[in-house]
Amino acid sequence: MLKKVSDYLRGTQVWKSIFRHGPPTTARNRAMVMLANVFLHLHPVRARSSGIRLSFTWCMGGLTFFLFLVEAVTGILLMFYYRPVAASAYTDIMALREDVPLGIMREIHRWGAHLMVITVWLHMFRVFMTGSYKPPREFNWGIGVVLLVLTLLLSFTGYLLPWDQLAIWAVTVGTNMARAHPVIGHEGPLEGILKFEDVDFVTSGNDIRYALLAGRFVGEATLLRFYVLHCIAVPVMAMVLMAVHFWRVRKDGGISGPL
Amino acid sequence: MHLIGSTIFETIDYWANTLTNPTWLFPISIVLLILSLRYAHVWTRPPIAIGIGVFLAALVAYSCMDWPGVDHSQFRESITKADNLPIIIILTLLYITYWISLRKASLNDARIAQGKPPLEASEKSRKVLVWPDLVYTELIAMVVCTAILILWSVAVPAPIEEPANIARTPNPSKAPWYFLGLQELLVYFDPWLAGVVLPGLIMVGLIAIPYVDRNPKGNGYYTLRERKMAIFVFLFGFLILWVLQVFLGTFLRGPGWNFFGVYEYWDHNKIEPLENIDISEIFYVNILGGYEPDSVWVRELPGIALVIIYMTVLPLVIARTVGKKMFRELGAIRFGIVVNLALIMAAVPLKMVARWLFNLKYVVNLDIPEINLNI
Ligand code: HEM
Repeated sequence: MLKKVSDYLRGTQVWKSIFRHGPPTTARNRAMVMLANVFLHLHPVRARSSGIRLSFTWCMGGLTFFLFLVEAVTGILLMFYYRPVAASAYTDIMALREDVPLGIMREIHRWGAHLMVITVWLHMFRVFMTGSYKPPREFNWGIGVVLLVLTLLLSFTGYLLPWDQLAIWAVTVGTNMARAHPVIGHEGPLEGILKFEDVDFVTSGNDIRYALLAGRFVGEATLLRFYVLHCIAVPVMAMVLMAVHFWRVRKDGGISGPL
Repeated sequence: MHLIGSTIFETIDYWANTLTNPTWLFPISIVLLILSLRYAHVWTRPPIAIGIGVFLAALVAYSCMDWPGVDHSQFRESITKADNLPIIIILTLLYITYWISLRKASLNDARIAQGKPPLEASEKSRKVLVWPDLVYTELIAMVVCTAILILWSVAVPAPIEEPANIARTPNPSKAPWYFLGLQELLVYFDPWLAGVVLPGLIMVGLIAIPYVDRNPKGNGYYTLRERKMAIFVFLFGFLILWVLQVFLGTFLRGPGWNFFGVYEYWDHNKIEPLENIDISEIFYVNILGGYEPDSVWVRELPGIALVIIYMTVLPLVIARTVGKKMFRELGAIRFGIVVNLALIMAAVPLKMVARWLFNLKYVVNLDIPEINLNI
C-alpha cells in the first residue's frame, strides 16, 4: 500500500520536477543525489572510509556548522521581539519567557552558543591530534583559527544584549583590557609617544576602548554597537570564512588521511 | 584546620582545598599530563579509562553532598550555576575525546612499531559513497544535538540577573567562562600583556603551527610517538594554560578574585596580604644589600637585561646546545619564531612560579608617565 503511494508520488510531474533521479538505492542514484542537490554537494560523492568515521572526526566541524545555523534561525526569531535600546532591552528579554508562546527560543540560542564554543574547541583539538593541519592544509588551519576567534566574538558580543548585571559587568571586564592596548589605549604602555607638546592624542575619549564601546563606559551606545556586530558584522564575516573553509576542505583533498 | 581533621571527611576536605591551590594544582596537572602521554598505551585501555571516568564522576557526586563535619554548599552552588554547566560539559567531552585520540594513537603506534601502516591507512584505498555512509551519520548527529539542546533548554532557564546598573559592581565580576583564562592571566600580568599582547600571540602562534612544525609524519592519523614534542607543546598550551585556567577561574576564584580551595566558603572579607616586590628590589636590596637607585632606568636595568637576555641570548644558546638538530632542520628564521613563541609561552608559567616563590610583581616596571610599561 505504502509502496503504491510512493510509487505514484514518484511518478508525478511535481516530484520529477524536484528530484531529477530515481530513489538513492543504486550506486548511480546515490551519486546523483550528491551531485544534484546544492546543499549535499558541499560533500564529495565518494570519500575515504577512514576519514568519515565518527571516531576520526567526532563530527565536531559539522556540528559547529549546524549549531551556527541553529543560532542564525533562533537569532532571527529573537530579533522579532528584542529592541536594542537600554529602556526596553531588559524587559524585552524578560517578556520572551513570559509572553511569547513556546518561550524557549532564548534558551536554545544561549545554550546553543555555549555548545558552539565547545564544539569548535573540540574540532580544533581533533584537527591537531590527527595532524590534519600539515601540508596541504596549512592555510585552512589558519582560516580555522580566525573562525575560532569569530565564534568567541559572536558569543561575547551577544553576552551584552540581555542588559542585566551579568551582561554589562562581563563586558566591562572584557573590554577594560582594551584601554591598556599599547600606544592606542589611553592607559597602555607608550601611550605618551602620541603626545605633542601639551596635546595628548590618546585619551579616554578617543582611544581603542572608546571605539569599541562608543563611550567611556558600557552604555546605551555600546548596546547598539554590540547588537550590530552580533547580528550582522560578525556573522557575515563568519559565513564568508566558513564558505572558504569548506571549499578548502574539498580542494585540499577532502578530510585528511595517511598519505 | 589541621593536617588531619576529626573525621575522614574533614581530612579529605583539607587536602582537597590545599591541593587545588594553583601552587599545587599546576605542578600536579603538568605531571598528570606527562604521565597520561607517557603511559597512554596503559590507561587508555577501555576498562581502565572507563574506570577513571566513573571515579571522576563519583568524585563530583561526592563533592556535591554534605558529609559529617563538612559543608559543600559552595561547591554545589558553583557547579549547579546554569552558566557553569557548559564547563562541566566541555570537561566531560574533553576527557572522552582525549581518551579516544590517545587510544587510537597508541594502537597506531603499536602497529607502526611492527612495521604496519596506521589503522586509517589500511582503509585508505577503500572509498565509500557519501550517501548513505556520511550523510546518515551527520543526520543522526544533528538529531542528537537538537534533542540535547531542546532538553537542556527546557530544563535550564537562561539566566537573567537584575537590570544593568553601572553604579553597582558585583564581586567577583567575571568575564564569560571562555575568556576566564585571560582574566586569570591578569593576576600575573598587566592588562596590556594579559589582554592584548598574549591573546594576539596565541592567535599568531596557532596560525604559525603548520608552518613551523616541519615534521612530515603523523599527517592524517592519530599518533603520539611520531610527534611527541608537537603534541606535548600543544596540549600544554591548550589543557594547562587554557582549559585549566578556565576551571580555576570558574570554581576557585571568589570575591576579590581571591583564591578559594574547591570546598572553601567564598568569604567576602578574605583579604590576601599583598607584599609583592619587583625584580629591582630583589636585585638591589635583597641581593646587593643596598638601596634601589633613584633613576628609573638604572633601577630597571636588571629586569630589562633579563628580558633581553631571555629573548635574544637564550634562543642563541638553545640553537647551539639542545636545539642544534632543530636549528638545522628549521633554518634560522623559523627557528627564531618557534623559540621566541615558545619562550613567551613558557614565560607565563615561569612568572607564576616566580610569584609563588618570591612574590615577584614586575620584572620590568618602567613607571615613567610616557612609557608606563610593566612586564
Ligand atoms: C566556525 C568554526 C568552524 C567550522 C564550522 C568548521 C567546519 C569544518 C568542517 C565541517 C570540516 C570537515 C571535517 C570535520 O568535520 O572535522 C572542517 C575541517 C577542518 N577544519 Fe574546521 N571548522 C571550524 C573551525 C576550525 C578551527 C578553529 C580550526 C583550527 C584551528 C579548523 C581547522 C580545520 C582543518 C585544518 C580542517 C581539515 C581537516 C581534515 O582534513 O582532516 N576549523 N572544518
